[in-house]
Amino acid sequence: MSIDYSQKIPNNVDLASNKTLQRALEHWQPGFLNWWGEMGPDNTSQAEVYLRTAISVDPKGWAHFDYVKMPDYRWGIFLAPQEAERKVNFGEHIGQPAWQEVPGEYRSTLRRIIVTQGDTEPASVEQQRHLGMTCPSLYDMRNLFQVNVEEGRHLWAMVYLLHAHFGRDGREEGEALLERRSGDADNPRILTAFNEKTPDWLSFFMFTFITDRDGKFQLAALAESGFDPLARTCKFMLTEEAHHLFVGESGISRIIQRTCEMMVQHKTDDPAKLRAMGVIDLPTLQKYLNFHYSVTSDLYGAEISSNAASFYTNGLKGRYEETKLGEDHRLDTAEYPVMEVVGDKIIVKQVPALTALNERLRDDWVKDVQGGIDRWNRVPEKLGIPFRFALPHKGFHRKIGIFGELHLSPDGRVISEAEWTHKHRDWMPTAEDRAFVQSLMGRVAEPGKFANWISPPARGINNQPVDFEYVRFN
Amino acid sequence: MTTADPTKQHLIDPGICIRCNTCEETCPVNAITHDSRNYVVMAEVCEDCRACVPPCPTGAIDNWFPIAPGKAYTLEEQYSWDELPAPDAQPVATTAAEPEDVARLTSEATAGQGGPVAAPWSAEKPVVNLYNEKNPISATVAGNFRLTGDKASADIRHIVLDFGGVNFPLLEGQNIGVIPPGTDEAGRPHHVRLYSVASPRDGERPGYHNCAITVKRVTADHEGKPVKGVGSNYLCDLKKGDKVQVIGPFGAAFLMPNHAGSSLMMICTGTGSAPMRAMTERRRRKAQPKEDGKLMLFFGARTPDELPYFGPLMKLPKEFIDINFAFSRVPGQPKQYVQDRIRERHDDVWRQLNDENCYIYLCGLKGMEKGVDEAFRDICRQHGGDWDTLLPQLREKSRYHVETY
Repeated sequence: MSIDYSQKIPNNVDLASNKTLQRALEHWQPGFLNWWGEMGPDNTSQAEVYLRTAISVDPKGWAHFDYVKMPDYRWGIFLAPQEAERKVNFGEHIGQPAWQEVPGEYRSTLRRIIVTQGDTEPASVEQQRHLGMTCPSLYDMRNLFQVNVEEGRHLWAMVYLLHAHFGRDGREEGEALLERRSGDADNPRILTAFNEKTPDWLSFFMFTFITDRDGKFQLAALAESGFDPLARTCKFMLTEEAHHLFVGESGISRIIQRTCEMMVQHKTDDPAKLRAMGVIDLPTLQKYLNFHYSVTSDLYGAEISSNAASFYTNGLKGRYEETKLGEDHRLDTAEYPVMEVVGDKIIVKQVPALTALNERLRDDWVKDVQGGIDRWNRVPEKLGIPFRFALPHKGFHRKIGIFGELHLSPDGRVISEAEWTHKHRDWMPTAEDRAFVQSLMGRVAEPGKFANWISPPARGINNQPVDFEYVRFN
Repeated sequence: MTTADPTKQHLIDPGICIRCNTCEETCPVNAITHDSRNYVVMAEVCEDCRACVPPCPTGAIDNWFPIAPGKAYTLEEQYSWDELPAPDAQPVATTAAEPEDVARLTSEATAGQGGPVAAPWSAEKPVVNLYNEKNPISATVAGNFRLTGDKASADIRHIVLDFGGVNFPLLEGQNIGVIPPGTDEAGRPHHVRLYSVASPRDGERPGYHNCAITVKRVTADHEGKPVKGVGSNYLCDLKKGDKVQVIGPFGAAFLMPNHAGSSLMMICTGTGSAPMRAMTERRRRKAQPKEDGKLMLFFGARTPDELPYFGPLMKLPKEFIDINFAFSRVPGQPKQYVQDRIRERHDDVWRQLNDENCYIYLCGLKGMEKGVDEAFRDICRQHGGDWDTLLPQLREKSRYHVETY
């Protein structure tokens, strides 16, 4: 399953044998490169970055490391190997052979799913384009750029599906993906969270830890799809996504480490003193966590969703690890617990599982986020500091779903507008908090050196030392 | 198909792993699994194909720890970790019996302490009998240096053995066995020779799975008749790069205490300095040696030229170690033996004998035992004590260790 690099567009889908598709994608390619030049990482076209490039999709070949100038990165089309005799594994078509072409009746739904997923990929590159100017180290800068080129490749993956399976509509969607802009008032990205700014590295790490994890769960659900090319595309994307989650989780963990070390060294937990020493106090980190967690939670949509139910019944989008779950892959009668607000009380009621698939995927994500929080908490624990990070209540600071119209405290009490107004500054990053974090952001670009507010990583990339020259400037 | 190396175990570092499931997804033989905390590798299933290594986003997957054959960390152990243990942390002592001749040699060597003595309570738990005559490990000579001066008649050597990255866990005071190649006059394979390690637990060169031994070339027997020692001459003649068959580790009692505030009184002659060097070096390499108790050394040799490690010892700061040399053949000077120096320091020695945290070690020629025993007896009498009462108490508390030959 090697990738054909002799082609203009590296691919493992035998693009050369489909001239029409090849021409269409070759036509899209310059547009993509223009977009990258315009909206990709700022001021980096000459930098040589120690990047991972896939040279084949099998385990041996997909992580090839070398210095690459980002505009020369070999973006291409890589699908996980085809599974012989794969079937539709859930919904009303269960047991039928998986579809290699889009079933006519699901065409517009699938197109919407693919466009929505695809739109997040360039959006995050746009959100992060200035971060290279304030990187805390060359190691972190390299990780940022790795994330960026891979988000770019994920766009390619989605555009390939659109071009290959959705004809003219698909090609137009491909163009539109290059035209929308994160945060643009007239032509914004589709999902709200992808129009937020990523103004600093703390936000970037939170984003990759929390929001890219939404990406992981969405991709995992789509990797179960009865539409085989989508399933295979998402499966391969998941392997790349893991690195993004790592960047976020380890990034925050290193910030916590640095702060805790200063707390121990100077025997203080006073945020003002810690800030004066140039590290980010733990309560501020908790506020950022609250913000990113709640905003990302909205990406899963409403708790009860007939759309989600029909995606499932039609075999388009499965549950997380669908094929590893027990017997029931139709969910005709199964129930699932969902929260409901009655007066100022939050109760849990059983609803048809089919309608609660958004909530279920959110719950899987919450569990995964919690695992990362537990690992963060080992840092203060080890240094004898009593502070522990905690996820706020699922209903905290939500805009979508049953909590959308309400205010909840982080510990899950329904509170009044007045109390929210009074207290939200303790729970969410304030303008002052953001300004403080912003004030720490200064570029550190000497091999082995790290900004004061973050610890070096435990290990370098690809077994290289931490002081390796991960980015070379020419 | 590749097969996993039984001396190495593939482990995932839970301190770095982010539980992304990529490895489990990738593994072609389903050797990777997880619980709610950790991702782990099933040692008996893993074929070491390393397909999981490049896709791992964190590098957590990339650990191959040396282990004793058959002593892989269990899944339960791996699930319980927050971070990996030290690469050479395997605390597992095998229950296999000591080889017969090793047991005999040990019993002869420790006779001078007057009865069996256990290891100090705070000593690291040793690994023993990892490699035996049926299953020796092949070590490579990494260096062979003469320790004694050019004019000295004795040829004492510092020999560094490298285990090629394989774990051979040793503690200061333990022995290794060397089997000289070939056969004796009767055509039987040579029996094993024991040598006390002269390097601390992290190796002569830290972290490289190596150790040092101190070997004196034997050219005469105890009565002074010329004889060519098979083991010592074999070892002293080794060149860098030569291979040596090694067995062990042996010895589970002559070990140093590890608790803060513990002191060592070390009494030795000649190559009996090997374990003392190991222990001293161990204390020296620890970050804050001052947190530990006193180090007191009585070291006898014929002349300074014949005293192994004389140069490095002289460089150690006085506040780190209290060194007392005794030379018996310096022209124009009276003969001095270790017991003479012990007597001279009777106040300090008496204090140390009565300090619960002081552990006493004797190593060297059998001949020194009697003199040292008498010196202790005299000091006890001088200070109103009784050596015959004290000695069993020292033994009882694992504070008196003798290894002589």
